[in-house]
Amino acid sequence: MSTTDPAAPQLVVDDLHVRFRTPQRIVHAVRGVSFTVGREKIGIVGESGSGKSTVGRAILRLTAPNATVSATRMSFQGTDLAGASERDLLKVRGRRIGMIMQDPRYALDPVMRVGEQIGEALDGRGLSAAERRAKVMAMLHAVRIRNPERVYDLYPHEVSGGMGQRIMIAMMLLPEPDLMIADEPTSALDVTVRMQVLAILDELVTSRGLGLIFISHDLNLVAGFCDRVLIMYAGRIVEECRAADLAAAQHPYTRGLLASLPRIESRQDRLSVLQRDPAWLEA
Amino acid sequence: MIDVQNLRVSFGQGASLVHAVDGVSFSVREGETFGLVGESGCGKSTVLRALCSLNPDWTGTVSIAGAALAPVPDRAFFRRLQMVFQDPYGSLHPRHTVNTTLGEPLAIHNIPDRDRRIIEVLDQVGLGAAFRYRYPHQLSGGQRQRLAIARALILEPRVLLLDEPTSALDVSVQAEILNLLSDLRRARGLTCILVSHDLAVVAHMCDRLAVMMQGRIVEELDVAALSAGRTTTAYGAGLLAASRGYDKRLASSLTADEPGA
Repeated sequence: MSTTDPAAPQLVVDDLHVRFRTPQRIVHAVRGVSFTVGREKIGIVGESGSGKSTVGRAILRLTAPNATVSATRMSFQGTDLAGASERDLLKVRGRRIGMIMQDPRYALDPVMRVGEQIGEALDGRGLSAAERRAKVMAMLHAVRIRNPERVYDLYPHEVSGGMGQRIMIAMMLLPEPDLMIADEPTSALDVTVRMQVLAILDELVTSRGLGLIFISHDLNLVAGFCDRVLIMYAGRIVEECRAADLAAAQHPYTRGLLASLPRIESRQDRLSVLQRDPAWLEA
Repeated sequence: MIDVQNLRVSFGQGASLVHAVDGVSFSVREGETFGLVGESGCGKSTVLRALCSLNPDWTGTVSIAGAALAPVPDRAFFRRLQMVFQDPYGSLHPRHTVNTTLGEPLAIHNIPDRDRRIIEVLDQVGLGAAFRYRYPHQLSGGQRQRLAIARALILEPRVLLLDEPTSALDVSVQAEILNLLSDLRRARGLTCILVSHDLAVVAHMCDRLAVMMQGRIVEELDVAALSAGRTTTAYGAGLLAASRGYDKRLASSLTADEPGA
């Protein structure tokens, strides 16, 4: 089913809606989002509450029980994700589409050794314990952990934030997925560690020819890291552009966000404050 | 206005003794805003917590507005110095209304004319009297941070300590809060120390800054030098480069393993 053309979209999302039922009302969090992802790094940026994380979760149907996901079309390499049963989704989650969460301190099991935890991704493949261990070691090595033998036996609380995030990347890459969804994977990290983790992610995604959906609130980071950017506001994509052209974005929301950032190079007397236009909700 | 000499703060004892702040000295002139930057665990927040006595176990010499800082300062000290914390979701009492939150410091310091002061300070931080009887959960993140600033300012301090005041906020809200802080600083002639991991925020707000690493100041520079990229240490240069956004070549040069890995 998968195609060899690198430009061909693997994931197609057409008119995605996510609604949350609450006791008071229905919250329409994602309102008609459409995009495609090929073997490329695509960034989804927006502020808190824009629906960017909900889109990432809806692709794998990992939304909360009170959410309804609907789409005209949502398919990955020909598999329909919108209508798939839980059983079919289990074959997609982790195996064909991996997901990296924001904070490894919460996403990793605190009472399980790191190596065993990574190895769980290989359950059901009929590997011997030695084969499994070898694969985990190789993957720890691939995420540039210098001493995999030692790290294998550590618990998550014994590793730093940057190392924890590499462990999560290793875990997600082990089943050899074709698409990775990373939700704010480096927001909890210091700037220099962030660069290291991004470089590793960049290299592995590129060398293995994966697609990557990179969800972030950081415009500067996405501009440098991704190939293409979708800007979300209030549950819609208001603008799409090449990451390199983000500085020349057209939509007033994107321009407003960029203008509100303080800059290291030049000092402004006052920062420009975003004036929200109700028309953006419909645009 | 603020003079810190050889400040040391340690935690634990015996084998687990950690020198979180290991001999830090700097001084801040009246009306100036001084930045402390560095990565997690470098001790920048611990310096602030020592200055406002949340961390009374420190050694060294600290003087604020000409008076030596006592290990346990008297009440009057806190009319001169107040702090705004990082997380407006954690730093406000969830079951206290705006009115209670702002009235408490006035009650502690026996300051009369509370009604007028509360309404005045709410106006100054851009909230207005309509917010007076709300609870924190009825406020957005930006509004909560305005309230936290109002609580610090209601005692009319001369020194304001700011610990990552905008890192929990979206960039558009961050711009509003930074503008508010600039206005208040100008109107009241405040002397500030701003702790942040975000060099762009520090470049925008501060006059001078110090780069901290492992409990020490490794570099002190003015903002013009920071903006022009004239750092004098390799660590400062690395921090600056990493703060400018993702650059594939630069990032690959950093992928050496972390120490202790």
